[in-house]
This record gives sequence, structure tokens and C-alpha cells, in this order.
Amino acid sequence: MVFHKINLTVNDEYEEMVVPSNMTLLQMLREKMALTGTKNGCSAGECGACTVLMNGEPVNSCMVLAVECNAATIITVEGLARDNQLDPVQEAVIEAGGVQCGFCTPGILMSSRALLNRNPDPDEKEIAEALVGNLCRCTGYARIIRAIKEAARMKPGTSALSATD
Amino acid sequence: MGRASDALIPRPIGESKLRIDGRDKAIGAALYTDDLQFGNALLHARIKRSPHPHALIKRIDVSKARALPGVKAVVTGQDFPGYIGLYLQDRQIFCRDRVRYVGDPVVGVAAISENIAEQALDLIDVDYEVLEPVLDPELGVSAQAPLIHPDLEKYAVVNFIFPEPGTNISNHFKIRKGDVDNAWDQCASIVERRYRIPHIQHVPLEPHIAVAKQDELGEVTLWGSSQSPFAQRNLIAQSLGLSQSEIRVVSPYVGGGFGSKAGVSMEALAVAIATRARGRPVKLRLTREEEFYTAFVRQGLVAHFKMGCDASGRLLAMENKFYWDGGAYTEYGVNITRAAGYSCTGPYEVPNVRGDSYCVYTNHPVGGPMRGFGMPEMHAGLEQCIDELSLQIGMDPVEFRRLNCLKTGSTLVTGGRMHAIGLLQCLEKVSEAIEWGSKAPPSTPTKRRGKGVAIMWKAPAMPPNAGSSAWVELAEDGQVNVGVGGQDMGQGSFTIAAQMAAAALGVPYESVRVAAPVDTRYSPYEWQTVASRLTWSMGNAVVSAARDVRRQVLQVAAEAWGETPEDLDIVNGTVISYKSEKETPLKNLGIYGLPKPDGRGWRGGPIIGRGSFMPSDVTGLDPETGQGEKAVVHYTTGAQAVELEVDLDTGRIEIIRGVGAFDVGRAINPEMVKAQMEGGFVQGVSSALYEHLQLKNGFVQNPSLVDYRIATAVDIPGELQSFIVEVPQDDGPWGARGIGEHSMVPTLPAIANAIYDAVGIRLEGPPFSAEKVFLAMLDAGIVK
Repeated sequence: MVFHKINLTVNDEYEEMVVPSNMTLLQMLREKMALTGTKNGCSAGECGACTVLMNGEPVNSCMVLAVECNAATIITVEGLARDNQLDPVQEAVIEAGGVQCGFCTPGILMSSRALLNRNPDPDEKEIAEALVGNLCRCTGYARIIRAIKEAARMKPGTSALSATD
Repeated sequence: MGRASDALIPRPIGESKLRIDGRDKAIGAALYTDDLQFGNALLHARIKRSPHPHALIKRIDVSKARALPGVKAVVTGQDFPGYIGLYLQDRQIFCRDRVRYVGDPVVGVAAISENIAEQALDLIDVDYEVLEPVLDPELGVSAQAPLIHPDLEKYAVVNFIFPEPGTNISNHFKIRKGDVDNAWDQCASIVERRYRIPHIQHVPLEPHIAVAKQDELGEVTLWGSSQSPFAQRNLIAQSLGLSQSEIRVVSPYVGGGFGSKAGVSMEALAVAIATRARGRPVKLRLTREEEFYTAFVRQGLVAHFKMGCDASGRLLAMENKFYWDGGAYTEYGVNITRAAGYSCTGPYEVPNVRGDSYCVYTNHPVGGPMRGFGMPEMHAGLEQCIDELSLQIGMDPVEFRRLNCLKTGSTLVTGGRMHAIGLLQCLEKVSEAIEWGSKAPPSTPTKRRGKGVAIMWKAPAMPPNAGSSAWVELAEDGQVNVGVGGQDMGQGSFTIAAQMAAAALGVPYESVRVAAPVDTRYSPYEWQTVASRLTWSMGNAVVSAARDVRRQVLQVAAEAWGETPEDLDIVNGTVISYKSEKETPLKNLGIYGLPKPDGRGWRGGPIIGRGSFMPSDVTGLDPETGQGEKAVVHYTTGAQAVELEVDLDTGRIEIIRGVGAFDVGRAINPEMVKAQMEGGFVQGVSSALYEHLQLKNGFVQNPSLVDYRIATAVDIPGELQSFIVEVPQDDGPWGARGIGEHSMVPTLPAIANAIYDAVGIRLEGPPFSAEKVFLAMLDAGIVK
């Protein structure tokens, strides 16, 4: 097994890690950094539960090798809230009842944040299309879609994340 | 509901409070089993599984696997001779002499890494003598079918399940009511149909996971994603020859269950391996592929319906026969079969009924409970036949249902009387909302538009004495802690437990916490989180515990103030006297009590309330006729309607609108009730249009989320409306009964009826894929 030394920024913190070649970003986050908010639903890039932002883009972290993250900026669900202020997508999904079992929630929030960063005022169709890679078995999606629409209206541009991109 | 009775309902009952766990889940702080940290001692388990649907084990050689560096434990069926099973003990933890489905566990390995455990599996040699498999439930009951469980007569079984030794029938439930044979002559119209409902999978986003550890004293701790921590404690203890109190089950948040995490499945494997791993924790996590065929599946069903009505449209007779493809073992299948049997008429009053519901062993994955517990599968065909019969007799399908559906006081198929229900109101709500009787033009000339309706009933299927308990305690700051053993797997049981405790005690919702995770060492007993029974059963226990606290608080204050409890109340967290107008917040007396009026000593002490609940009046059913006074605790009823379009060029179905109405007795949290209705509807749509666990010679062909498609965000109807009907349950907390499962029950037949309305075709079974619909339209000459 070959190991690699990488440095990266995770949720605004500079980190140095030594990782084996075959370790995924998801494994590194969950097993090496105790960032367990990012969930593992399939290890195959099919369910979206492990979605994080890599350099601002949503990725399935089970499909990215840790060694590819050298010099990257990663945001996970733990990094969405800033200074005790929830991100609007978090606030809206709680208020709209878009959370049930919660296992898909972190991935859905990250895909939603990425959507709002590139399109601050999406319509329902655009939201649904942005979430097509994030499976949810509990909610039936309607309340999640409503929440993202609401989040876009709530505090446009005030999210810490949209400001950094 | 009159306003007068509503005025007696205390806050926050009926208020849509935000989920108690919403914030934790939205910030990534909510812990699920795989998030728990076990340190460097943790071992990783993998399972060597059967590659054959049916075979005898001739020899197992684990010597090379044992010798692999890093392997810490290798176990086989020889290590664990005990049997396990909820209703019928037909399963061993690891197979000993026979494998019965592809994926049946044969050898368990624990190693210092998953990689080494995987390598060890490759070093295990198992010799099999392959046997002929049983792949169809109707063939499975025939005399020439090979026997899957030759020892069936030796298995322990509860007294309401009836296996037939010498066959593959693990349960045969019968209804014999009235005189069916003579009733057919009086029928003006008869419909006879056969439906085939395929296996599907629950697909919880969180795969099954269990971590087990046995300490030096022999006591076992199991951490797992579970709907049934207490049932697991009981069954695993029995199987391993331990006492129940020697097993502790800790269950953090569950990332979706839908029945697949009820009872015992792969958890027993982790525990068994851990008993050979010298005090180290052992983690077993199913891969998504394993999830599809080694976790429970929703069993397949072949259903025969015959039903007839008189010239006025009144149902006279039904003769229904169900063959459940129960799979290799039964855990729940036998009771799903029973539930379908005693519900076999659907929500209709029928004087003459012959019902036979068979659970059949096959060499397929193990059938388990899934949202609806047999009701979606059974209603799928039944509600289509009802539509056919009504159209055949020349009656509107809604009118036909209005005439025949169960009302308060109707005679049930099992002989008793229906309690107060609002099924008719549900039917009225959905037919009004879908604008029944009016037909809008299709969006383009190449599409056809149709509407369909279906109604349902479902009772909690459980032993007659399934119990719940709860405790409620006060903290120094006057905050309230509620202990429950029921699980929150997303349906919101912790939130409504907090609402009920707040209402019964007289404190704000915001000052109540729920003591999670559920831990059988510290949490109060709960039978299982299944059957949509928590709001009702656990709710009753929570209310009783909160009232116990209230009684103690008022007693302490009354004694300290020299008053009587009847003059006192707790309002918004403060004890007040209507007589003396004294008041003190709960925090002043919850732990330390209050000084006596004369100043000489104190009254009270740390206050803790307890509550328990168990149904007391469920009777057995006659094994030959299925008749009895009270078959189940109660029924939840409801209706759904859909409007859809069929694309004539492609066969693709698009659901335009979905509406649902269910009688929940009392909505403790209306928005969460509606969230259950929406989630269930979309799961129903998914099962109707996309889902099919494809089995070929016993092998699952599509064990991935790419090949097994579930509904995504772009598949949901543009319009989804939910209505709450409230006809109170006499023994429910403020009248409440369950709603978790019911919203998935009528969806599939409502869609099938709408497809018929649009293009005049009926398919033998789902999924109603574009391909199948198009080919059926081609066959029928609707398209060329």
C-alpha cells in the first residue's frame, strides 16, 4: 500500500493527512477526521447521501479518492452553519418538515447549497433536477423542494457559504 | 368534530410543532450506528454466503481462513445450534446442514480490517449438494414440490400460526363466513381475477448495521439500527441460551426502516461472531448489494379474487386465495399472511366470505414486514376487482364503494363490529378534491388522461398483549425528560411523545426532551416500533406517565400549601392554586420538594412518573373459521385518488395529481401526519411504476440502486394534497390512532384504476413500466 501526504481545507480548517492510495474522501472524512455527518448509503455513487462540496462543486465523496483532494477546499454538512447561524437551507428544511429519518438530509443540504450558489432563484423543476442524484425514501421530496424554494427567498446572499464562493 | 370537544384538547395536541430531532439531523450531529466510535479494538465482520438457492452443506473447511494473519474469529453453524424466530422458530443463525436462499449465511469472519475479512472468505471451502429449488409459491404448495423445511413439525410456534408439516406451508389462515357457494347464484355480476405482485425491497437509505461485543462476564452489548431493540434482546438471548438481561441493545437514530429493521435479521450474525472474538467489538455492515437480497424483502404475492354483487350493487360474496412467497424463513411472513387473511375483504361489508391465505416457503430471499404489512399487496388486486365489478354492474366506482364500504357498526369479516370510523368522509374528501366525474382533456393529443380511486383498511398486526411503557422525570431546571423504548426512524414518534407529555403535564413543548438513544438497559420496555402502533400504544404509556408526574406534583404542592390537589393545576410549567392564587414553577419542587407549611421539614423528592399500556380485550380467532369477537385493536381507514396521463407513443405514466385522506382519530401533529401521507404516497407510486426485485432461478438480478430504481425528486406528482379526517379512537391518546403505513396501501390500485380509466387496460401486476404499458396497449389494439 502506498501512502500519500496531502493538505487540504475542510470546513475552513487547514489539515494535513497521510492517506493510502485507495482511501476515498468519504472514508477520510468519517474515519480519519470524525466528520460523521456525511453518510454512507451505497459506496457506489448511486444514492447521494455522501454529497459534499469540493472546490464549490457537489461530489459523491465515495467516488473521490482522498489523494485527489490535495490542495482542495471541502465543505461538509458540519461546515454549513456559521457562527451558530444555520444556513438558510438547513433552517428551511427543518421548518418545512423536509427531514424524516435524516440519513439523506446532509447530502440533500449540500446539493441544495451548491444549487443556490449557482442559481439563487431556482424554480421547482430546477430544484428537483438538482436533487435527482440524492435519493430520499421517507419524505416524498415535496417538502424538501418547498424548503429549497423557501431558502432561496429567506436570506438571499447572506449565507456565509455563498459569500465565500 | 364539534368545536366543543376540541376545546377540551390541551395544547400542544393538534399543533404542528417542529420535529424534536430536526436540528440535530440538519447539522450532521445526529448519531447513527455507523457514526459511533469504537476505537482500535474494533473488528470488521464479513459473511460467507450460500451461492445456491437450495443445497445441502456437505463439508465446510475454514482452516485456511483461520490461519490468515489478522483474522480473529471464524464461526459456523456448528457453533450455534439454537433456533430463532419471532412467531415460528425456523431459522438458525448460521446454516448447519442446508442452505435455503442465495445469500443464506454459512460462515462468519471477524478480522482487523474489512479487506482481511474479505480475503478470509475466499479461503473458505464449502462443498454443497445442490437441490431442486422452489421458485413459485403456487408450485410450492403442490405435493410434488421439494420440501424446504423437512423438520417443520419440530419448530416452536405461537398458538395463532398454523404451519402444515410435510408441506412448504408455514401458515394457513382461513376465513369461513356465511354460505359462499350458494351466494354466487344470487349475484347479478361476478368478477374473477388473478394478480401477481412482485418482490420489492425497502431501500432504507441507511444500510443494516450492527456492532456487537461480549464482555469478560459473558454479557453482550449490541449497537444497531433497529426498530425492535427489545424484541432483539429477547430473541437473541433465547437463541444463544443467554438470559434477556445479559443482552443490552443500544439503538441510535435509524436511517429509515419501513419494516426492514424490525425483528431480528443480520444483528444475530454480529452477536454470534462477537461471542468468539474475545471481548472485542465486531462491526457488520451490509453492503448495498447485500441489502437487496440478504435483508428482508417485501414478499411476493399471487392473489386470486372472486367477488359478486346483486343487481343493486351490494356485495354478496367473496372468495379470495392468497399465496405468499414467504422465502426461505418466515420471521414475519406467517403473520403478514394472517393479517391479509383477516383483512381479506378489504374495507367492505360482505356477508359470505371464503378466504385462504397461505405463507409458502420458497428458495427466495426472506420475506419481512414492509410498510403496510401485506395490505398494499392485497389491496392492489382487490381494489381493481372492486372497480371492475362496479363498472360491470353499471355503477360509478365511488358510488359502489360508498354503498359497500365499512361504516361505524358494520359487521366485520371476522364477525365483530366496526368501531367508529370516518372511511366515508375520507372517500368524499378525495373524490371531491380530484373532481371525480369530470374529465379534463389530455395535455397533448398523444396522451390519454384518467382518474382512479381506491380505499383501504389496516389494523396493527401484533400479538394480543404487545405492551408499551414510559417514564417521565423532572430536572432541577424544571425541564422534562421522557423515556420511551419506541424508536424514531423518521416517522416522528419522539416529537409526538414530547407533545403528549407536554400536554398531559401542563408544560411547554419546548421544555420536553426525549431520552435517546433507546437502550434496553435504561429505556422503558416497548414491544417493537412496527404496525403503526406507537402513537396509540406508546402514546398511552407516555400520557399515563406524565399524568403520574402531574399527580405527584399536585400532591406535594397541596401538602406544602395546606390545600387539596383538586384546587391546583399546572399551567405552562407553573403550579398554581385556583383557591389561594399561590404559584411556583416546577423547577422549585421537581427535585428538592417543598418545605412543609410549619417549616419543620420537607415534602416531596425527585419526581418520576411511570406509565404502561397493553391492549386487554383482543380475542383469538377460531382456527377453522377465522371468526372471533375482537380480532385486532382497531383499524385505520382511508382513501386516495390520482389523476394521470398515459403517453400513447411511449407508454409512460405521468401522475398529475395525488390526493389522500385518512382517518387518524386525532392528529397530534397535523403537519407530520401529512408528511406521512405524502411520503407513503410517493413510496406507493414508486412501487407501482418502478420497483421490482427481479428474481431468476433464485438469484436477484438487480441488486443496486441503478438497476433497482426508486422514485427520485423528478418523479413526484405536480400536485399532492392530503386531508386529515378525525373520528376519535375511544382508547387512543386524545383519540389518536396510527398513520405511518396506511398511506402506501391504496396508491397502487388507485393508479391501476386510473390507467384503466385512461386507456382501458389492466396489467397482471406492477411495475407499470412504460414498456409493459405500451406492449399492453399494442395487444389491446389501442396503439399500432
